[in-house]
Amino acid sequence: MATYEAGQYDVIVIGAGHAGVEAAHAAAKRGASTLMLTMNLDMIAFMPCNPSIGGPAKGIVVREIDALGGLMGKVIDKTYIQMRMLNTGKGPAVRALRAQADKPLYIQEMKKTLEQEPNLTLRQGMVEKLIVEDGKCQGVITETKAIYRANSVIITTGTFMRGRVIIGDISYESGPNNQRASVKLAENLEELGFELVRFKTGTPPRVVNHSIDYSKTEIQPGDEHPEHFSYETTKAIVDQIPCWLTYTNQKTHEIINDNLGLSAMYSGMIKGTGPRYCPSIEDKIVRFHDKPRHQIFLEPEGRNTEEVYVQGLSTSLPEYVQKEILQSIPGLEEAEIMRAGYAIEYDAVVPTQLWPTLEVKNIVGLFTAGQINGTSGYEEAAGQGIMAGINAAAKALDKDTLILDRSQAYIGVLIDDLVTKGTNEPYRLLTSRAEYRLLLRHDNADLRLTEIGYKLGLITEERYQKFEEKKQLIQEEKERLQSIRLKPTEELQTIMEEIGGTRLKDGILAYDLLKRPEVTYEVIEKVCPSEKDLAGDVKEQVEIQIKYQGYIAKSNQQVDRMKKMENKLIPENINYDAISGIATEAREKLKKVQPLSVAQASRISGVNPADISILLVYIEQGNVAKVSNE
Amino acid sequence: MEQDTITAISTPLGEGAIAIVRLSGDHAITIANKIFQGQDLVEVSSHTIHYGKIIDPIKEEIIEEVMISVMRAPKTFTKEDVVEINCHGGIASVNRLLELVLANGARLAEPGEFTKRAFLNGRIDLSQAEAVMDLIRAKTDKAMNVALKQLDGKLSTLVNQLRQKLIETVAHVEVNIDYPEYDDVEEMSNHMLREKTEEVYREVEQLLSMAKQGKILREGIATAIIGRPNVGKSSLLNALVQETKAIVTDIPGTTRDVIEEYVNIRGIPLRLVDTAGIRETEDIVEKIGVERSRQALKQADLILLVLNNGEELTEEDRKLFEAIKDLEYIVIVNKTDLPTKLDRQEVEQLAGKQKVITTALIEDKGIDALEAAISDTFFEGELDSGDLSYVSNVRHIQLLQQTLKALDDAKDAIDANMPIDLVQIDVTRAWELLGEIVGDTVQDSLIDQLFSQFCLGK
Repeated sequence: MATYEAGQYDVIVIGAGHAGVEAAHAAAKRGASTLMLTMNLDMIAFMPCNPSIGGPAKGIVVREIDALGGLMGKVIDKTYIQMRMLNTGKGPAVRALRAQADKPLYIQEMKKTLEQEPNLTLRQGMVEKLIVEDGKCQGVITETKAIYRANSVIITTGTFMRGRVIIGDISYESGPNNQRASVKLAENLEELGFELVRFKTGTPPRVVNHSIDYSKTEIQPGDEHPEHFSYETTKAIVDQIPCWLTYTNQKTHEIINDNLGLSAMYSGMIKGTGPRYCPSIEDKIVRFHDKPRHQIFLEPEGRNTEEVYVQGLSTSLPEYVQKEILQSIPGLEEAEIMRAGYAIEYDAVVPTQLWPTLEVKNIVGLFTAGQINGTSGYEEAAGQGIMAGINAAAKALDKDTLILDRSQAYIGVLIDDLVTKGTNEPYRLLTSRAEYRLLLRHDNADLRLTEIGYKLGLITEERYQKFEEKKQLIQEEKERLQSIRLKPTEELQTIMEEIGGTRLKDGILAYDLLKRPEVTYEVIEKVCPSEKDLAGDVKEQVEIQIKYQGYIAKSNQQVDRMKKMENKLIPENINYDAISGIATEAREKLKKVQPLSVAQASRISGVNPADISILLVYIEQGNVAKVSNE
Repeated sequence: MEQDTITAISTPLGEGAIAIVRLSGDHAITIANKIFQGQDLVEVSSHTIHYGKIIDPIKEEIIEEVMISVMRAPKTFTKEDVVEINCHGGIASVNRLLELVLANGARLAEPGEFTKRAFLNGRIDLSQAEAVMDLIRAKTDKAMNVALKQLDGKLSTLVNQLRQKLIETVAHVEVNIDYPEYDDVEEMSNHMLREKTEEVYREVEQLLSMAKQGKILREGIATAIIGRPNVGKSSLLNALVQETKAIVTDIPGTTRDVIEEYVNIRGIPLRLVDTAGIRETEDIVEKIGVERSRQALKQADLILLVLNNGEELTEEDRKLFEAIKDLEYIVIVNKTDLPTKLDRQEVEQLAGKQKVITTALIEDKGIDALEAAISDTFFEGELDSGDLSYVSNVRHIQLLQQTLKALDDAKDAIDANMPIDLVQIDVTRAWELLGEIVGDTVQDSLIDQLFSQFCLGK
């Protein structure tokens, strides 16, 4: 069958998962005419695994995406069935929102949003081949022989590349949820010289809602006053739906142990590397055999469906064993499986082949984002997606690219980790991966990134004005508290005693009073209220910025030191073989990663401080000639 | 990697009358100023030299008389602000000075770092580039080899044990943060964190006290020989030097200057300080010598008090006993070849718990007993060569002190009722600092710990 010319675009996005939709939307918003190609238009932003978005670190990514003008936060805010703020007992840096999603509604809402985007074309089709000429990607060819041409192409194929589903000893070629696997594209990438790895992930069975006896489980309700991901959301969803908690027991563990040989994970059928943070139930039983029980959360997949996700029971055991396991668990004795759990193996791109813009190093104009880059999780995918979209549009339209550094966003940490260190298992964001955790809070994502989103054209003028107002109010209120000296009146002393604090010895600035651990902004409101009607998020900011000032300042100092090295750029045409003295291992790593800055180079494992010193000396040689006569 | 203020001893250790401690960086002058008594160095003009005293600002104690050169950027070796402190060349005093500079905000320079900065700031010619690279490589490798050898022993085991304790705690907190709903992980409270922090704090303190022993092994036991004229001090010195054929490091100066010599007693290095006698004097020149002798007495780890068996105890002898009260000393009753006129009972009484031995140095008698007494005093008779791997360099001591500071900050944060994830910042910092001692600070090891310690995941 002959090929035909089907259209010319600035940017083409292959795939419409969580990375794909953000990429396509961001590129279109930046002004690029954008085509999004997906195998199945009914599966846009589908959640093949757990029905939830957010959580520690991940929830902050969602807020960052929103501050940059992305979609995930807005869409989940319209479609959640439950919202919870986690870690409320801890510091502000680790608090995180998590939503339970209505899966089908999320798909609908996302599709509707994308369809309304003027610069964006949605089309169904499976890409088989990239058009690469003279080291530059210029378009794609689909299964139905349509040729689409573009200046930039973004691949966001998730776990579809040479996907293989495994349940017990049964295995077949498939994408997630029995969709078609993408085989030809994987072969094409191999021909183009990509280094690929085989990763594995898995999902638990889904059971019928009315077959569960909830009386034997514990209720897990949402927050009474839900907060939201998007800074634009104003309306809360009131009728939230609870999740439920139950536990495995000795009998469950016996069943699993008796059938371990049948698990694809242990029979040797699975060759891919699975993530440690998302182990299958059989993995948990084997590795932590002394644990008497494991938690199982029952999570509804939506308002208009009977399907319930059995969180904690990811498995590749045969279907009949899955049934036995379920029925050993309190509340699930009569549970009927609607879909069985399975493991899935897939090809991923070794991410050190990418620049920090997510452009492929040896193919100009080609970008990859999402699970194809070795990550796991909807939020990690979406975070890469929006960055790839911004940068692919920049490439196509000759605009500025955007790289977020580790002190600006979790998205920056994620991408820097991927392209600098690579990953040998599906990568998940954790708060402990961020060295400036205290600066990367969920409450200040807008302060960190709205300006950037606005300059890129992803944030509306109206929202930007509101943001500027908020910033102004925070500043003014902080200044006001600096200017008020409170006398140790009986009234104030009583308040101090009521909140369990110590009595004041002397007068104190309102600002300094707020620094005391037991004093919240509410106390300030009682003692010296502002004349303005300040919004909750303004008060929150004022409190956090003042109360944790010492720690924040410490983190900022760390950042300043890092920035010095971050600003020492490595010339593009550097020849590592020409530098004498660098250790062999370091040389190989540097050649592979091609770090942009000395700071990035120093984060590569196997590159030690002596190598960095030598590198610095080498880079500065050019400057030395100019100044040596001074 | 940081462009902070660095310092190092820039003259070879133990050689020459003068040693130079050099500082370079933005805070070089302010740091020097903090410990300098004399002109205000912040105010003085560039490229000038100033006489004054180095004082320990906390103990308010005079350490040294020095000459300080102040050179402001950019016309300096590194093109940064540079201060050079010229002091007397004894190992102990130079190290003391270096420690003081470190305690006041400078960081110990990496091997070749001054040269590196000179290069990076465009001070060194292009043709020298290759040489600089070789230098960095060679010095770093050498330093690493030395460090690795040091780490084979007890220090690395101890530090690694402490790190393990800290990382388990940190991982525990991290799990609470990243998996807030997992109930099989107990919620780490500030109270629990405090216990752990205090436990590690105590052990780091202990390590630091061992550092003192390590320092003794590295720098020698500062030993002062005192006594009235003609009791046999010089004979003792000669006997010890002859016995060991030690390298003699004398500091040239006036005849009244302190002489330091190294001898080796059963594997223990003794750094002998002859104080040229202690007596009252009106002579101003001699007084400086006596003052410095007194100084040497206070700084000595061990004092050998020599008495004459052939004479009665004098008022001067009793004054000496008084002067060394509360210090570590051994009484040597010399000249047992002469008829005994000394009241031995009174001597024993004055010495209290300190050892008293007898010698006839002129006949080479009693040196064995002295050596045994010294060895007993410091190592209870036995010196395990494995102990040599104890904390013994300034960098390690500095890192341990910073670790204590970080743990202190954590305790303060706990007392202030800060959220646990903030308290944890300082605990993690302590773990990283200990990691710098053993050369491992990779963040990934925390994540590995997380997943091996806890059963996590959806």
